[in-house]
Amino acid sequence: MGKNTRTILICSGKGGVGKTTLTANLGIALANSGATTAVLDADFGLRNLDLLLGLENRIIYTAQDVLDKNCRLDQALVRHKKEPNLALLPAGDPRMLDWMKPEDMKKISELLSENFDFVLVDCPAGVEDGFKNALAACKEAIVVTNPELSAVRDADRVIGILNTSDIEPIQLVINRVRPNMMASQEMLSIEDVQGILSLPLLGIVLEDEQVIISTNRGEPLTLSDGRSPAKKCYLNVSQRLTNKDVPIIDPKKEGKSLKDKFMRLMQTKVF
Amino acid sequence: MMTLRDLINKLLGRETSSANTARERLQLVLAHDRVDMSSLTTDLLDKMRKEILDVVAKYVEIDFDEVAVSLETEDRMTALVANLPIKRTISGEIKFKKTDKTDKANKDIKK
Repeated sequence: MGKNTRTILICSGKGGVGKTTLTANLGIALANSGATTAVLDADFGLRNLDLLLGLENRIIYTAQDVLDKNCRLDQALVRHKKEPNLALLPAGDPRMLDWMKPEDMKKISELLSENFDFVLVDCPAGVEDGFKNALAACKEAIVVTNPELSAVRDADRVIGILNTSDIEPIQLVINRVRPNMMASQEMLSIEDVQGILSLPLLGIVLEDEQVIISTNRGEPLTLSDGRSPAKKCYLNVSQRLTNKDVPIIDPKKEGKSLKDKFMRLMQTKVF
Repeated sequence: MMTLRDLINKLLGRETSSANTARERLQLVLAHDRVDMSSLTTDLLDKMRKEILDVVAKYVEIDFDEVAVSLETEDRMTALVANLPIKRTISGEIKFKKTDKTDKANKDIKK
């Protein structure tokens, strides 16, 4: 514990690509595999990680209170009842927007590192102060993007900034992948996105309406018993993050209908 | 590279897929973004160009009309590419013809 803690920034530049959903699902998956995991909501202006984890009614203190010595760290941490290895720490209160500095975030992440194997930092959208604060708390990064123009463009800007910092490694997760659209070449392919951003690919997450349902319930997919395409992907990302030698899920192999097979035939290289 | 779909589209005279269009648009906009993002504004690039020329001009006579200094971006790397055609060395001896493209200096700037 402590020294080898992995503090990982989960960022994207653009909002709405799935940072918070990935943080919640990855947090649960890592905790479930036995690693003590803290998820830090660095987006304290518009925090949502509590909602996705179903912990919104249990927040009393924030990291801000810990730094101000209003409470101890363990009082501010919200443990998940169904997954005791996971704890949530909101960085601050939405009403206080200006107090946080990169040093503050760094201090919080150091405190968490003493108690957890993984610290996942859910970064606010944008490339301004909130992003830079969150960046200061982390040693490595996962850039989340969607296979669409605006998301890839914003991811590129974020990667440009990360490349000038000490953050290493920087890995890529491509979210909301639709195998059918990729097969019919109406969506940027995994290779396109990865090639353009030139980052090692940690994994992909398939588009899945179960994500919306699980958000409605405040129960991340990785916590549920059911099977779903996105859940499979989140578990895959979690395993790959802990260096388990598992291959990335191949969207080309995910569609099983006759139409999918036909689409694959159309992808055959002729020359 | 051409896929079976591309081939059929071509034979039927259809437009290329939207993924293709997306890829091309993205590559263009990123090439622009990546240079814009650097601290090398046009002013700074001009200043640097002058200083590089001053240094080189101490040793060789440059054809100033043909000088080109630009930033080129490929993958995540931006390179400073200088094309400085040399007329002659300062000692007066003609080494190269004017049309020769010489002294291509590549300096990688990691961004």
